[in-house]
Amino acid sequence: MQTLKQQIDALASGQTTSVALVTESLARIAAHNGTLNALITIDADKALAGAAAADAARAAGDTRPLLGVPLIHKDIFCHEGWKTSCGSKMLDNFIAPYSSQVAENCDAAGMVVIARANMDEFAMGSANENSFYGPVKNPWNTQTVPGGSSGGSAAAVAAGFSAVATGTDTGGSIRQPAAFCGITGIKPTYGIVSRYGMVAFASSLDQGGPMAHTAEDCALMLNVMAGFDERDSTSLEHAKEDYTRELNTPLAGLKIGLPREYFAEGLNADIAAAINAAVEQYKALGATIVDISLPNTKLAIPSYYVIAPAEASSNLSRFDGVRYGHRTAKTGSLDDMYEQTRAEGFGAEVKRRILTGAYVLSHGYYDAYYLQAQKIRRLIANDFQAAFEQCDVIMGPVTPTTAWNIGEKNADPIAVYLEDIYTLGVNLAGLPGMSVPVGLASNGLPIGLQIIGNYFSEAKMLGIAHQYQQVTDWHTKAPQL
Amino acid sequence: MSLSQDDVRRIARLARIAVSDDEVAASQAQLNQLFTLIEEMRAIDTTGIEPMAHAQDVMLRLRDDEARAANRREAFQAVAPSVENGLYLVPKVIE
Repeated sequence: MQTLKQQIDALASGQTTSVALVTESLARIAAHNGTLNALITIDADKALAGAAAADAARAAGDTRPLLGVPLIHKDIFCHEGWKTSCGSKMLDNFIAPYSSQVAENCDAAGMVVIARANMDEFAMGSANENSFYGPVKNPWNTQTVPGGSSGGSAAAVAAGFSAVATGTDTGGSIRQPAAFCGITGIKPTYGIVSRYGMVAFASSLDQGGPMAHTAEDCALMLNVMAGFDERDSTSLEHAKEDYTRELNTPLAGLKIGLPREYFAEGLNADIAAAINAAVEQYKALGATIVDISLPNTKLAIPSYYVIAPAEASSNLSRFDGVRYGHRTAKTGSLDDMYEQTRAEGFGAEVKRRILTGAYVLSHGYYDAYYLQAQKIRRLIANDFQAAFEQCDVIMGPVTPTTAWNIGEKNADPIAVYLEDIYTLGVNLAGLPGMSVPVGLASNGLPIGLQIIGNYFSEAKMLGIAHQYQQVTDWHTKAPQL
Repeated sequence: MSLSQDDVRRIARLARIAVSDDEVAASQAQLNQLFTLIEEMRAIDTTGIEPMAHAQDVMLRLRDDEARAANRREAFQAVAPSVENGLYLVPKVIE
């Protein structure tokens, strides 16, 4: 396993080349993607040409640190010339005619895209079982799910296809697959990473972020991904930051809040033990522990499952078979064309959420559902602000269980929504949250520690995770493939 | 509260998604299960609480009213299912 930092250093010192790194990535992909199904599109020719160009630029004096580093994008970020399917039949034929801000930023840093990661259709799911391209397998145990919706990105990094991948997180879709696959990922403060060109699911919650082995790698990658973009109406006019600046800040005096609601009934015993061990490690690093309460935690589930489907039903109305994507072959009226196109193009989970959203927004129900959910959202955000008066960061589990078996929960899709209990509140409040590997359960599967910070505290959180990774080796554990 | 099969057909129509009878029955069961989950939220007293549209309550920005995007009609229409003479083709809507 190689980290992004190691790749950057090896490229800078001339110990390796971009062509060598890309060739190695492609070899791992060729050996293991058939089993894992983590990728939707692989373009070896484009990747090798990009690598050769990066090596030529470096030889000519280009010193951009990430120049020539292999990268995998979640298949949700439009990138000109690349198929951008969003895991859906609806966009199976869609070659993006323009690039997202995130893809542009990565291009500007000189990174070499080698592939596009599998994902739950339109980022709706917690297991990567809702993809038109089939389920992704968890590299730690191919009988189990990798988490979702950024399950392809998480599996790809865990399997060493690339050191870093992009992801998006609407209700936990970076943190939960990072936890299930034993890698590090961060969902930044809402508005830090541009949503321009990122296929929209729930616009008030969607946020892109990096997935990698280490907190340091996430910081380096967030430096590339983040930044104000006037083309995203909710992008924050926030001064450019160096997210690596607090990596070496000592933790003495750090106050960690443990929300009692995150350790209540339903939490797997192995996960509870691993989180407690991580907290003990933080105490040894000089932190103190504060007991806190987030009393409205449980209400995050109903609030989220009103707001996200409502926004999805509106956003996904753009898929009409007229301007891009799938169109039915059946003939009929314009309305028939819309209805058949959408019936054929969307999978079951996406339809379920569109129908839910259409209902809660329909005449006579808006106040009872959508407006009430937005008020609950305020209560949840207020809970976090009250907690941050007592502590610097909040820690807890990312998930109540480790990865489950593929197909195990297919019969009861609504029950899977309950698994999001610890991650949804962060999105509703717009806070930054991350997942850090802190152990392996008795079934051999990875466990993630969630770190939640206040708005704009990414640099501090990454430092807190980095300090832990200096004295532990969970982030270096790799699955046997 | 419980959704009937007619409710499911109505919202499927609103969402422009064709549904078979089997799908209506399956959707009805799942949506009712979901709304049971959502009901617990409705019982919460939120009197005087301001709804939160998104995390940072910032004002939408304004900019000068000038054309910025380049005209890329051909590139954008290249991904359309059916175009002719620069126009998007749809089933006939006027008899």
